[in-house]
Amino acid sequence: MPVQVQGEVLSMRRVGAYNAMTIVAPGIAERTKPGHFVALQVGGSESSMLLRRAFAIYDVKERGVYGGTVEFVFSVHGRGTAWLAARRPQDKLDVVGPLGRPFRLPQGRVNATLVGGGYGSAPLLPLAKALRDRGCRVDFVLGAASIDRLFGQLDAKRMSSSIAVTTDDGSIGEQGRVSDVLPHVLDRTGADVVYACGPMAMLRAVSEIAAERGIPAQVAVEESMACGIGVCMTCVLPVIGDDGVSRMVRSCVEGPVFLGDRVRWNDVDSVPADVLGAPMSTGGGH
Amino acid sequence: MGELTVRHHSAPALPDVDLTTELGGVTFPNPVFTASGCAAAGQELDQFFDVSALGGVVTKSIMLAPRSGRPTPRMAETPSGMLNSIGLQGPGIDSFLEHDLPWLADRGARAVVSIAGGSVEDYAKLAAQLRGRPGLSMVEVNISCPNVEDRGQVFACDPSSASAVVQAVRRNTDTKVPVFAKLSPDVTDIATIARACVNAGADGLSVINTLLGMVIDTTTMRPVLGGVTGGLSGPAIRPVAVRCVWQVHEALPGVPILGMGGIRTGLDALEFVLAGASAISVGTTVFGDPSAPMRVLHELAHALSQRGFARFQDAIGLAHRPPEAYVPEEPDPVGDDPPATGRRPLVGFEEER
Repeated sequence: MPVQVQGEVLSMRRVGAYNAMTIVAPGIAERTKPGHFVALQVGGSESSMLLRRAFAIYDVKERGVYGGTVEFVFSVHGRGTAWLAARRPQDKLDVVGPLGRPFRLPQGRVNATLVGGGYGSAPLLPLAKALRDRGCRVDFVLGAASIDRLFGQLDAKRMSSSIAVTTDDGSIGEQGRVSDVLPHVLDRTGADVVYACGPMAMLRAVSEIAAERGIPAQVAVEESMACGIGVCMTCVLPVIGDDGVSRMVRSCVEGPVFLGDRVRWNDVDSVPADVLGAPMSTGGGH
Repeated sequence: MGELTVRHHSAPALPDVDLTTELGGVTFPNPVFTASGCAAAGQELDQFFDVSALGGVVTKSIMLAPRSGRPTPRMAETPSGMLNSIGLQGPGIDSFLEHDLPWLADRGARAVVSIAGGSVEDYAKLAAQLRGRPGLSMVEVNISCPNVEDRGQVFACDPSSASAVVQAVRRNTDTKVPVFAKLSPDVTDIATIARACVNAGADGLSVINTLLGMVIDTTTMRPVLGGVTGGLSGPAIRPVAVRCVWQVHEALPGVPILGMGGIRTGLDALEFVLAGASAISVGTTVFGDPSAPMRVLHELAHALSQRGFARFQDAIGLAHRPPEAYVPEEPDPVGDDPPATGRRPLVGFEEER
């Protein structure tokens, strides 16, 4: 169950093109599992920005010197994240978390390939640790536009049997996309399961490659959210349910982690005609 | 007040103010409600505070059939507001009656069920299905929907369509359950629509729904929202909402109003009350602050206490009093100032209802 707490910035650091912020957030660290996220108020109590910003949790420390801490990685995209990047230690932040459904861990000792795009690798690092603790083999594939947008490759290297890196510009690793090297990695490592987090196009490619090999893929999606707690109905995407029926589901409470073969990748950003409750009559109503 | 326990939050005691309010013959323990479309059916917010401690939980609008809603992007943040084009996504009345309403009833929450349809017949059927259901305290009629039988003309923008819907709902609802019509601000004269709804049997009015708005992405040079246009909500619309409450209360002083539109704090809520609202809904603010309804309730109670009110209902419509009715001897304490000791403002006229 999530909590809403008044957090405090403990530290901020630059990691390439990204920012990593650690906040003291009592009650959140203790409940967090890999894949959970936090939602932050931005701009202060009189802010003109009403909506929360959601970030996948990177690292937690349950018992730091100052109490439980949560670290997340973000990139400055707009006014909200610019405000966040300007926070300094001891600044107060209203935090809600942990939110969403985390990654599900396999029961046995399996071979897991973890695929991260940009700072989408952040939630995969604690996942790698959880998998290793269970005796799983972990292999990483990390991709980014350029070297400064690659996150966590040193930690990933330390926690894995192998790591493959791709960049769009070839500034580090192989030039290309993660989808160029993923088939080879899956075959070479005998992967039983794939976990991924990153841009939607990457998740789609990863899901398709895994499905071709009959390997289950769990993917953490990035949908634009307003509340993070399931009340605003903003962050929906078409997903096939256990009953075979497609529904527009909320990625904040039913995700952000979905089975890759259940997401209707062709129909994200649209409402396919066979989704429950579609097509709409004449539109209208908010 | 013992029933006000806020989970995960230290709840300061409420000041000694009688917060009860009446809406269409039903007494509610306090005047703070959620707003339709901003609280789903209560369960998500109950993780942050006890939803039964609110005056009532206004559900997301329920329709007859399940509805997928519109494509994404469905939301755009705007200065002190947001645009949404959700498109009334919902599970339909059957699923609502099976899962959501029983949960609210078990929880001890007072459910205000918002209903929406595309024809007068839809609304009548929805009201009939709600009849006699435990937990139902009130029906709110979302008339800001296009009428499929009238070229998509929005019910709320036409007095005769609005009136037909309200009449159908009133006829199919238990007499003890108040029916409130939710008015759109996108009309030339909101009092005309308000009067039509009341003449058709509405026990009260919810004021206001969102304003129609639009945002264009200057990079892609296309509309941001999948639905092209959307409903504007949040503090950006508050002055419009207060004006609407004022006008409706002035035109129909005996009709209770559930006021809403950008309420973020207890003082915002008080503005609506002074304009004529008998209760208020906290809507969009919940997206940024899930415990906001409970916070607003506490802030409102303190604001009333600071101003010397022993009863919430004494503040309803007070801004309409003639200028000579009450001249304070010195400026009243406002905002976060500590309450003045023992000083009671002299309120020079009686409650209007």
